[in-house]
Amino acid sequence: MRVWGWILYGVLAAIGLGGFFLRFATGHQLAGYGSYVPWGLWVAAYIYFIGLSAGAFLLSALVYVFGVRKLEPIAPLALVVALASLLMALVTIWFDLGHMERFYYVYLRPNFRSMMAWMVWLYTAYGLLLLAELYYALRRHLPRYVDRGGITGFLARLLVKGRKTPFTQEEIHRDEGIIKVLGTIGVPLAIAFHGGVGALFGTVVAQDLWHSPIYPILFLTGALLSGGALITAVYVFFWPRKDEEWRELSLFLGRIVLGLILFDLLLEWAEYSIPMWYGVGPEFKALWSTLFGRFWYVYWVFHILIGVVVPIGLLLAWGLRGRVKAIGLASFLVAITFLAIRLNLVIPSLVHPKLEGLMNAYRDHRLVFAYLPTWFEWSVVVFSVALGFTVTYVLVRILPVIEGKLLKEVA
Amino acid sequence: MKTAFGFPNLAVEVGMSEVESRRAFLEKVASTVFAGMVLGGQPVKAGAEPAKVELPPRPPDGPILPELEYEDVLLRMQRDLERALNKGTTPKWVMVIDTRKCVGCHACTISCAVENKLPPGVVYRPVVEEQVGVYPQVTWKFLPRPCMQCDNPPCVPVCPVGATWKREDGIVEIDYDACIGCRYCLVSCPYQARTFDFGENWTQNTPGQGQMPYEELPTFEWGEVHVRKEGVIPNSPVGNARKCSFCLHRIEHGLLPQCVTTCIGRATFFGDASDPESLVFQLIHQPNVMRLKEELGTEPRVYYLV
Ligand code: SF4
Ligand code: SF4
Repeated sequence: MRVWGWILYGVLAAIGLGGFFLRFATGHQLAGYGSYVPWGLWVAAYIYFIGLSAGAFLLSALVYVFGVRKLEPIAPLALVVALASLLMALVTIWFDLGHMERFYYVYLRPNFRSMMAWMVWLYTAYGLLLLAELYYALRRHLPRYVDRGGITGFLARLLVKGRKTPFTQEEIHRDEGIIKVLGTIGVPLAIAFHGGVGALFGTVVAQDLWHSPIYPILFLTGALLSGGALITAVYVFFWPRKDEEWRELSLFLGRIVLGLILFDLLLEWAEYSIPMWYGVGPEFKALWSTLFGRFWYVYWVFHILIGVVVPIGLLLAWGLRGRVKAIGLASFLVAITFLAIRLNLVIPSLVHPKLEGLMNAYRDHRLVFAYLPTWFEWSVVVFSVALGFTVTYVLVRILPVIEGKLLKEVA
Repeated sequence: MKTAFGFPNLAVEVGMSEVESRRAFLEKVASTVFAGMVLGGQPVKAGAEPAKVELPPRPPDGPILPELEYEDVLLRMQRDLERALNKGTTPKWVMVIDTRKCVGCHACTISCAVENKLPPGVVYRPVVEEQVGVYPQVTWKFLPRPCMQCDNPPCVPVCPVGATWKREDGIVEIDYDACIGCRYCLVSCPYQARTFDFGENWTQNTPGQGQMPYEELPTFEWGEVHVRKEGVIPNSPVGNARKCSFCLHRIEHGLLPQCVTTCIGRATFFGDASDPESLVFQLIHQPNVMRLKEELGTEPRVYYLV
């Protein structure tokens, strides 16, 4: 099992590195998007990853801010996952830029009327906050590792300045206080930046399907669901000690995931039924072709079947009746297929022509109203995934993320 | 009667001494058009007076209209342009497109691509084509679509780095050296007037080596010199959002936009809408004027006569 996991990782890493090098060698030339569908898989993947990050972070906030003690064991892990998915998101959207070398212009000459500028600034604040929170959550364990060699020892010496005496109860209490403050800042921040991603789309007047006040809310719910599901899946499958506490917590998380699936479905019902109900209007056609057009299966198979029906079935029939692995599987499916929802948020509005007849005006493969991600685009996304996994894995190995211990020590 | 348009009178001429009149016409048109195109940097200096054209003698049963005096609209607009540039205040540039005169030849699309050395996939002024009716009761309608240079442009506030803005004269400018290529402005333009430069070339995947000379020429858009080049760090405008500039670089040198000078149907007009004497001013104050997607409140600077 473990061997297969590593083989899979190796293959993904190889594909990802291929995409990475192609991106630098050939720029955007191998990508499938064009000028009429200017955003494609990378943008969808980016909002998917950033949603995972926001969701994982808000889960950790349940512990640090709202005092849900039950979830305490996974809180630092949630922070690590939030950090890794933030990195994945930023790398993916960085690849999407036409001039990657100019990304820092967003800091030098921001235009704060642009939702995109806001987003980047909020991410930066959020990233720094994540690092700070992680530091205060973990440093109490570090004195034990000061004498170690290797990177763990180095980091321990660096971060607690070589201190060997364990942290006192009082100091730990103070750190918790700091985390609580940080988390309290972080919650509105996470809501702002992820709601902001929704607003980035929702504010665009030219795109009928995006231009809806429900978008920020939809994005936030999606973040909670996908991020929560991801943490649940990671917890169920990878938590080193599968004891009674693990069981109980898994059941708790499973119930949260189920509730969020249903709530997300409710919002989605609003998103689709309101513009479609009477069968007229500019959005009707576009939504209709999302549901029944060429890519109907993205919605019905990947989203509704694998992302909603099967997970709910798994949870109700087995998971919540005590078969913990079923909770893990259901959550895993939800987390993975969420990319389908993200794709269906970004693409359908773009493939809908804004001027009838424009498609006949000029023949070029970049000037078409159709889009299918190319292998190259997928491989770049695979790069981000492999990167995120690597970062998470390395962090849990070199830092006492799991119950205050390194992965080796608990396994 | 003096008309602003050259063409209606042509009908008067043809049918009499056909060969002669056609030659006279062609000479006249050719000199104007080619002066604008070929001479490049040299503006056509139109005289203060409308140039009078000798009409060929009419047969006795010819039209009973009095002696007609006509002038090619290009000359009129050229004079308007000079006046606008010299008047000392900022002009208000607008474009007018007469859809009834557009024959769908796509010459403007091509001349624009030549003027700005556009690579594949980048287009500033496509001619939107739509079929009306079903065969055999069928016709086509044509709608050239440059950038509307909106007065309330949705593409401007979205730019995260402020690389695109509304100029005082109304043109929506892009700074190719600041644009990070995020394409947010592409999705925000309701007219889909912006395209992304993917770094592709016309000679790509064709036999032979290297590029054609025309692919290596610099573009002068926005009055700057840019040489395209793809690569890990591409040379702008590769990797940028690009769009129609109303040929700002030509206007600044006293030349009409290239699409205007090449329009064989004389269907495209350009000028200063703050000057009541100008041709465009008169055209946009007609009742048959419309703008695209008026309901969005973008206030386009491109008017259509229908
Ligand atoms: S037509 Fe499009 S690109 Fe041109 S100014 Fe208006 S919104 Fe901007
Ligand atoms: S593509 Fe360039 S001009 Fe357009 S919004 Fe992005 S940075 Fe601004």
